[in-house]
Amino acid sequence: MKIFVTDHDGVEHELEALEGWRVMEVIRDWELPIKAECGGACSCATCHVFVDPEWLPKLHEASDEEEDMLDTVPDVEPNSRLSCQILMSEELDGLKVRLAPSAKPETAAA
Amino acid sequence: MNDMSVNETVTDVVIIGGGPVGLFAIFELGLLDLKCHVIDILDRPGGQCAELYPEKPIYDIPGFPEISGQELTDNLIKQAEPFGPVYHFNRMVTGLEKLDDGSFVVTTDEGEVFRTKVVVIAAGGGSFQPKRPPVPGIEEYEGKSVFYSVRRMDDFRDQDLLIVGGGDSALDWTLNLQPIAKSLTLVHRRDAFRAHPDSVNKMRALADEGKINFVLGQIGSLQGEDGQLQSVHIKTGDGEQIIHATRLLPFFGLTMKLGPVADWGLNLHENLISVDTEKFETSVPGIYAIGDINSYPGKLKLILSGFHEAALMAQAAKRIVHPDEKVVFQYTTSSTKLQKKLGVA
Ligand code: FES
Repeated sequence: MKIFVTDHDGVEHELEALEGWRVMEVIRDWELPIKAECGGACSCATCHVFVDPEWLPKLHEASDEEEDMLDTVPDVEPNSRLSCQILMSEELDGLKVRLAPSAKPETAAA
Repeated sequence: MNDMSVNETVTDVVIIGGGPVGLFAIFELGLLDLKCHVIDILDRPGGQCAELYPEKPIYDIPGFPEISGQELTDNLIKQAEPFGPVYHFNRMVTGLEKLDDGSFVVTTDEGEVFRTKVVVIAAGGGSFQPKRPPVPGIEEYEGKSVFYSVRRMDDFRDQDLLIVGGGDSALDWTLNLQPIAKSLTLVHRRDAFRAHPDSVNKMRALADEGKINFVLGQIGSLQGEDGQLQSVHIKTGDGEQIIHATRLLPFFGLTMKLGPVADWGLNLHENLISVDTEKFETSVPGIYAIGDINSYPGKLKLILSGFHEAALMAQAAKRIVHPDEKVVFQYTTSSTKLQKKLGVA
């Protein structure tokens, strides 16, 4: 299965994903820039992505915990989600997301 | 030489970062009779474990099938206690300089000066700093009319204040500053808060009485001149609202930045400090880096890796601080010497 990730420069990457993996882990594994400083514990919000509006309804709703963490995202939008809280499954094959500025690691060139 | 009025502390080791790995380093260094001062930017020990996920269970600490970040921190502090570490919280190490005799001068943003033979950087992902809203041009307002914390309440007296966020800091400061502010607007993206329910109720009561203004939305852009804020555009569900404000306090929590570590002349690899895997020494002899902040082939960012690194680093640090003493490798189970140090024999 695959996901499509648009980076900070607007370039779309097609990434091979594995069932059960967190979208954050897929992005990190393919070495696209994502801070994800708490490593997926839903505690930092630095794995923030914008989900393609067409895909939004296919995701399970954000938990209260995820909503709480989204409060700490300074560039939140209605289609904001934490990519560590999205688990890959058959239904999400082809998922499209865009990396959020607030999740950019320091290392990534501006 | 510094004049004596400068508050200078002389020690064997300065540990930068009081997370789990920094705390365990006190123990390993202590067994080898090295005295430590620990400096951390947070207001309490535990680093990421305490700041990001104190209540979350961790499952990969050897010997603990499940332990929370807070429990792990508490245990590590207890384990380090016999060695009398001195903690310095709420400060950032800003300067690190090597002297001709091989020792170091470490300075903090609070003006303290430490003279030490060894420096251990256990700073994890760097120092926790406030998340700044990605609003164009916000930098020029920072420290003048945009603040990420309240140091002096007087800076906000008789000002038109805009607070953004939905956590405890946002709510607490809304309640504390409302009586002295000229006007106060709280902006949050949704009508639910992760703050203490009692504060939320108080805030709602103030809003109902018309003493504060609560707006659902998020910051769009800032207007002002020479760092002096005049108004803020707020994006709301159905459009835009312009709010007159002379002070802005965004509270989006903390994130880690490498910070001053980048300026100390150490070899870095992708914003991490390069070390060897025998001593975990950096490119500057006498400065070690352990835990998440270091980089070497095969590195795994696990707490247990940091513990291992602390033990090996301590052996090397011992040789620097006490070059004439032979280091005898001992076990805590059998060595009465070590047990005496731990206060159990
Ligand atoms: S990685 Fe920290 S919240 Fe997702």
